[in-house]
Amino acid sequence: MNGNGADGEVEPLRALVVRLAGDSGDGMQMMGELFSESCALAGHALCTFVDFPAEIRAPQGTLPGVSAYQLQFGAGRTLTPGDRPDVLLVMNPAALRVHLCELASGGTLMADADTFNESSLRKAGYAQNPLVDPDLRLRFRVADLQITTGTLLALADSALGATEKKRCRNFYALGVLLATVDLPREPVLRRIEAKWRNDEAVALANSTALCAGGEAGVKLPRRNVARSAPRPGHYRKINGNEAAALGFQAAARIYGKSIVLGGYPITPASSILELLARNGSPAVKTVQAEDEMAAAGIALGASWAGSLGISVTSGPGLCLMAEFLGLAVMAELPLVVVDVQRAGPSTGLPTKTEQSDLLMALFGRHGESPLPVLAARSPADCFAVVFEACGLALRLSTPVLVLSDGYLASSSEIWRIPDPDELLAQRGDAPVVPDGDYQPYRRDLQSLARHLAPPGEPGHEHRIGGLEKNEQGWVSYDPGNHELMVKLRARKIRNIAQRLPPLAIEGDKEADLIIVGWGSTYGAIAAAVEKLCAEGRPVALAHLRQLAPLPADLPALLERFPTVLVPELNLGQLALLLQDRLLRKVVPLSKVRGQPFTVVEICERVRELSRGRRTA
Amino acid sequence: MSTTVAEFTPQSYKTDEHPIWCPGCGDFGVLDSLYKSLAGLSVNPKDLVVVSGIGCSGRTPGFVKSYGFHSVHGRVLPVALGVKLANPALTVIGVGGDGDGFAIGGGHIPHTARRNPDFTYLIMDNSTYGLTKGQYSPTSPLGFQAGSTPYGSIEQPLNPLAMLIAYGATFVGQGYSGKPRELADLITRAIQHKGFGFVNILSPCITFYNTYKVIPPKIAEVPKDHDVSNRAKAFELALETDHVMLGVFYQTQRPTFEDGVAGVIKQAQAAGPPRLEAIFAEFS
Repeated sequence: MNGNGADGEVEPLRALVVRLAGDSGDGMQMMGELFSESCALAGHALCTFVDFPAEIRAPQGTLPGVSAYQLQFGAGRTLTPGDRPDVLLVMNPAALRVHLCELASGGTLMADADTFNESSLRKAGYAQNPLVDPDLRLRFRVADLQITTGTLLALADSALGATEKKRCRNFYALGVLLATVDLPREPVLRRIEAKWRNDEAVALANSTALCAGGEAGVKLPRRNVARSAPRPGHYRKINGNEAAALGFQAAARIYGKSIVLGGYPITPASSILELLARNGSPAVKTVQAEDEMAAAGIALGASWAGSLGISVTSGPGLCLMAEFLGLAVMAELPLVVVDVQRAGPSTGLPTKTEQSDLLMALFGRHGESPLPVLAARSPADCFAVVFEACGLALRLSTPVLVLSDGYLASSSEIWRIPDPDELLAQRGDAPVVPDGDYQPYRRDLQSLARHLAPPGEPGHEHRIGGLEKNEQGWVSYDPGNHELMVKLRARKIRNIAQRLPPLAIEGDKEADLIIVGWGSTYGAIAAAVEKLCAEGRPVALAHLRQLAPLPADLPALLERFPTVLVPELNLGQLALLLQDRLLRKVVPLSKVRGQPFTVVEICERVRELSRGRRTA
Repeated sequence: MSTTVAEFTPQSYKTDEHPIWCPGCGDFGVLDSLYKSLAGLSVNPKDLVVVSGIGCSGRTPGFVKSYGFHSVHGRVLPVALGVKLANPALTVIGVGGDGDGFAIGGGHIPHTARRNPDFTYLIMDNSTYGLTKGQYSPTSPLGFQAGSTPYGSIEQPLNPLAMLIAYGATFVGQGYSGKPRELADLITRAIQHKGFGFVNILSPCITFYNTYKVIPPKIAEVPKDHDVSNRAKAFELALETDHVMLGVFYQTQRPTFEDGVAGVIKQAQAAGPPRLEAIFAEFS
């Protein structure tokens, strides 16, 4: 969306998309986080996207070293970080080279002209300075900034060295940006003060740079971006991994359980381990294990001994956990594992997003080993899904997999903080051990959950493990018993489908085409459905949260739609599953570029399909 | 570790399940010694946890009246650590074989040794893979001929005691299933040790690698005057391979992992309320 952002604009823009790009050492992520925090505090709805290289410091000024942060902010439902930026701020020529192709036509380009020197231009592959190209100024509105010079000038009196002064460039740039969208500097100043409270000189330099940037920014055209009307409740900005960490803490509190997290560092899941390690609750213990097998083993041992064992990982780590997940299915113990998916196979693109672990989550274990699989649809939804997964694991005494992904992990949106009472209302309890002889595999007849008796209770001593057992908990090689137990474990999980709420359909329920999505693609799909319906092209949407077992009403619901479109960030994994369930063809829409779908990509495919139907 | 006034005899720990081991298996001796040790310490079965991996030794939890977890091949130590973290009051004993502990599960040993959780780890070392019919294991001697090494093993055997001492385990001992009284005493000392207690138990496989005639002539006691706190001397004893030395090689005291975790939680609490509580507090 482009505004003619001049001063005194009457109609505010409903939304604005801003992308910040620079070298990975330029502090782009911090700048983006602070900018989006300012937006949130000012009452803007928002959705963010971070795009950073796998290397901590790729060679300075090079194309692989470019790090970017994008956000869409405005009023009302903000489902995606936006397809193309309306405003692109670049800190060096490499950032311009990588990102200019996506700047919306007529959009605003802000560049630090100081960095467009011969050596930087060469590293970015420019023969000439692109900023002086008249064509660039015809296509875009170019704001010439001297971010480096401006920063150094503002810090002329600072005692810091030249390199340290230059490091304040990102705050100068942030000052410019805040001024052009009419956001106050105070929240950022407070953050600077808190972050560098032990280094007054740096705090002062960053604040000075921010204010100097602000003064330069007011000379540029200003945009008026709409803010959401205040809504009841308490809100905060949250990313997917923060939401997942809080979801676990909420579950510990609501279920009165201690949590033991066994984790092993892996991008993009590590920050959940770090957040829970830092939290001061005696109910949460974390261990950084020696590998993912140990991580899962620690969690499962803890679950058996009365805590809720959890783990967080990404695809390669989930592979190593497969054997323990099988044991958790066999021993019927609670265990929650979050797989923050990334592009694979193997190391793949470790900092980029993908949805290609779905089939592994569903089937990636030997033997008949069903377990529930849930997927979060947005950063904030990671809270709700993790909380629900913990409840499911505890109530049914089963391992549960939660699928998030690299995009959700680091993207932020505004989250309404739930009232603890709301969460308490969702609580369901595990069956209580009946009096009399304890039998480990005796079940609750309703849920089929087995009765758990953690060590420490007299009279409940028992043995569990990977060998097949009979109801009394003794090892049994009886063929009939094995068949019975395999079927009971399957039924316990299948029965979850019966208790799910009816599938919600968004968009036009009478449409000929329905999109079925899952996980993080929700934002782009829902925005596309809104857009298509608004332009008179009816489309329906069913977005799945529960992938195993699939909702019971799904087949009947999809029968009504002649065309089923399934967009996924993989080569058609849900599509495969649906075709098996529905015994008919669905239309996959695949993307495996390490990036989320854009709204346009979804819209285009729908338009193609409806053109095809008309000509057919 | 918790004890009660109630009297327990070795019989108190027997279950209805009869061990499935071959008649004459060394593991019977280990099991009897374990019963004896538990009775001597009056460990209440309700507070006793036995965790095992896979293999002949893996079936041990089935034969001990306690809470038992027969887990995954090689993963005794992580599971035991999880149990101990969930409930530090339990008496936890991990059991496994030489393949389970030193081959597939070898990666967990250094990390458990340096963390020093307060549990006991008994290795029933028979220098072969009994349950898969006698292949060579990490402690099989050079030249060991079996199904997967028809021309003899070409790998140097691993020295469990030297390895554990090097990794920083706080209690390292060795016993023999053929000397059950001494073994029971050794297990008792390992359980009483506050920290990670490791005991390597030579437990012959009567079917695939019968060492009943080989071991006894080589047996020697750890010298009476050996100072168990002397790590260098302990290492020296462990490297002496002409004899099969029995007894405690090394023992030292270090804070346990559970103590460390409790300390970390205290520090985090001092830094402020849990984040979730702070967020929920915005309601009031």
